Amino acid sequence: MALQILTANRLTDGIAVWYDVDGRWNESIARAEIASTKDDAERLEAIGKKAFADNLVLDVNLIDVEVDNGFIRPLRLRERIRAEGPTIDYVI
Amino acid sequence: MYRYDEFDHAFVAGRVAQFRDQVERRLAGEIAEDAFRPLRLMNGVYLQLHAYMLRIAIPYGTLNSRQMRMLAHIARKYDRGYGHFTTRQNIQFNWPRLEDTPDILADLASVEMHSIQTSGNCIRNVTADHFAGAAADEAADPRPYAEILRQWSSVHPEFVFLPRKFKIAVTGADYDRAAIQVHDIGLHLKKNDKGEIGFDVYVGGGQGRTPMVAKKIRDFLPEEDLLSYITAIMRVYNLYGRRDNKFKARIKILVHEMGAERLSAEVEAEFNELKNGELKLPEADVEKIRSYFALPDLPERPEGWANLAAWKKADPEFARWVDQNVKPHKHPDYGMVTISLKPIGGIPGDASDSQMDLIADLAEEYAFDEIRISHEQNVIFPHVALADLEALYRALKPANLSTANNNLITDIIACPGLDYCALANARSIPVAQEISNRFRSHERQAEIGELKIKISGCINACGHHHVGHIGLLGVEKKGAELYQITLGGSADNETSVGEIIGRGFEPEKVTDAVEVVVDTYLGLRLSPQETFLEAYRRVGPQPFKEALYGGASAEAA
Repeated sequence: MALQILTANRLTDGIAVWYDVDGRWNESIARAEIASTKDDAERLEAIGKKAFADNLVLDVNLIDVEVDNGFIRPLRLRERIRAEGPTIDYVI
Repeated sequence: MYRYDEFDHAFVAGRVAQFRDQVERRLAGEIAEDAFRPLRLMNGVYLQLHAYMLRIAIPYGTLNSRQMRMLAHIARKYDRGYGHFTTRQNIQFNWPRLEDTPDILADLASVEMHSIQTSGNCIRNVTADHFAGAAADEAADPRPYAEILRQWSSVHPEFVFLPRKFKIAVTGADYDRAAIQVHDIGLHLKKNDKGEIGFDVYVGGGQGRTPMVAKKIRDFLPEEDLLSYITAIMRVYNLYGRRDNKFKARIKILVHEMGAERLSAEVEAEFNELKNGELKLPEADVEKIRSYFALPDLPERPEGWANLAAWKKADPEFARWVDQNVKPHKHPDYGMVTISLKPIGGIPGDASDSQMDLIADLAEEYAFDEIRISHEQNVIFPHVALADLEALYRALKPANLSTANNNLITDIIACPGLDYCALANARSIPVAQEISNRFRSHERQAEIGELKIKISGCINACGHHHVGHIGLLGVEKKGAELYQITLGGSADNETSVGEIIGRGFEPEKVTDAVEVVVDTYLGLRLSPQETFLEAYRRVGPQPFKEALYGGASAEAA
């Protein structure tokens, strides 16, 4: 299976977050916990469902990633943009 | 402009208090997301890729300096210093915190603004010609009727859970600048020989995945019957509109499936039941609403004519701006000014807090405190004395607000696309920026003439690509962005949906493809006066297909 990580948006401010190896919802993707087996993925999924039910986060998803030189890189452009922010210089 | 009465103030304040309570309960864990989502959407709060997004209605695109200053304040205090004006004459903030949204809505209410019905399956912000009340070609100002429709449709109990969202646009001018034929209902105000006002009524236009040009179902509906007739349309839609399939739920599908004739007959039958009832508009009420939109007292300023000629002679850049961005006003000493939010290489529709503050200051000083937002994502000062144009231009220039490109190839409409939007499949803004940079030369833009490029990052078509002279639709194919090109679309009196010209282009190739289309047009036009759209309608897609694909397959991707 593809490597997977858990992502969501934080309830209070909507900011995109990733579930990290310390068990926190982190604003950076860099330390996201990676599931490489079906069991790991199911465990992450359960963590996401509980965090949603506990009203910590919303729009919870497991997403496919690859690891390139130690950096986590989502496979879909949409998720790369979520992780890195808008690709444009929006501050005028 | 319209001022809230006691009822309006109480209504909006009540909604803010209600939403404040809902947000508090959500943050306290007392309301789950599934229950809260429809509540936040009813107040314009979406969740996008990076954060929440707040969409604020600018009714029929009209606002004053105080309101614009409040938008600047919101950008500064609650967001990241900018906002995005949209093709629906709304503004969107991309980074508000949920916990701040009740305070934002309270701030908005203090200047008579809100976010009600900027989402959901209800009647959305009613849009209008951005030159309303000022245009020389206007029979009557459409905004009083847009305001009547706003009041009637706000939390209308019968129409808050429609099969799908519903958009109404109104124009009172000969030339349609409000794209009424791609709205669920389009109203074209006219005056008859007796000076009476009536509406040509169009139904079933729209873009999205199934673009349709609206059908005219009524000529010259009398003014007093406006609400009765619109209610009749809404009832027929509410009864027969499909709720089983989201993609077939808009009224355009109903019009298509029933046929305009049958739908019209159903509407007329319902209208006959309604027309002499309580929905009949009393002339006194219409007159009262109309008085809010009276033309400001415009003093004679004939000195502007001579001054303007001298200033234009002295400064070619200023002359270019006047020629491109200032249109004739119904008063000969005045002009209607388009302040471009499309700087070369910029983000279409974005304005910083300081730009919004400056626009507010300048509107007070030079434009009788009236500001409009166009569906083409620009700011309009509808009433500026020709004698003040030079001073206005000098003030706009340092803020990068004096780009002389209205209706030219760099005056691009673009949705937020995949840089922000949770629905998008591809980015729109970087594509707009690259095209803008490629065609940055004034001389080249002037040579090309009127050409409207419109870009959407998904099939929902917020960037109006279907009606772009050149439309670009971003799709996702095999995990990568690809852009389909459509040609020949238009959203004016002769509305047409653009034709897909062939297979799509990768992001790094799409600007080259646009350039090929433009160069092909320049090579085949009969004269510099023949616009891109006229030339396309004369020759059709074939020369463009050949130029883009040669002998290769042009099968659509």
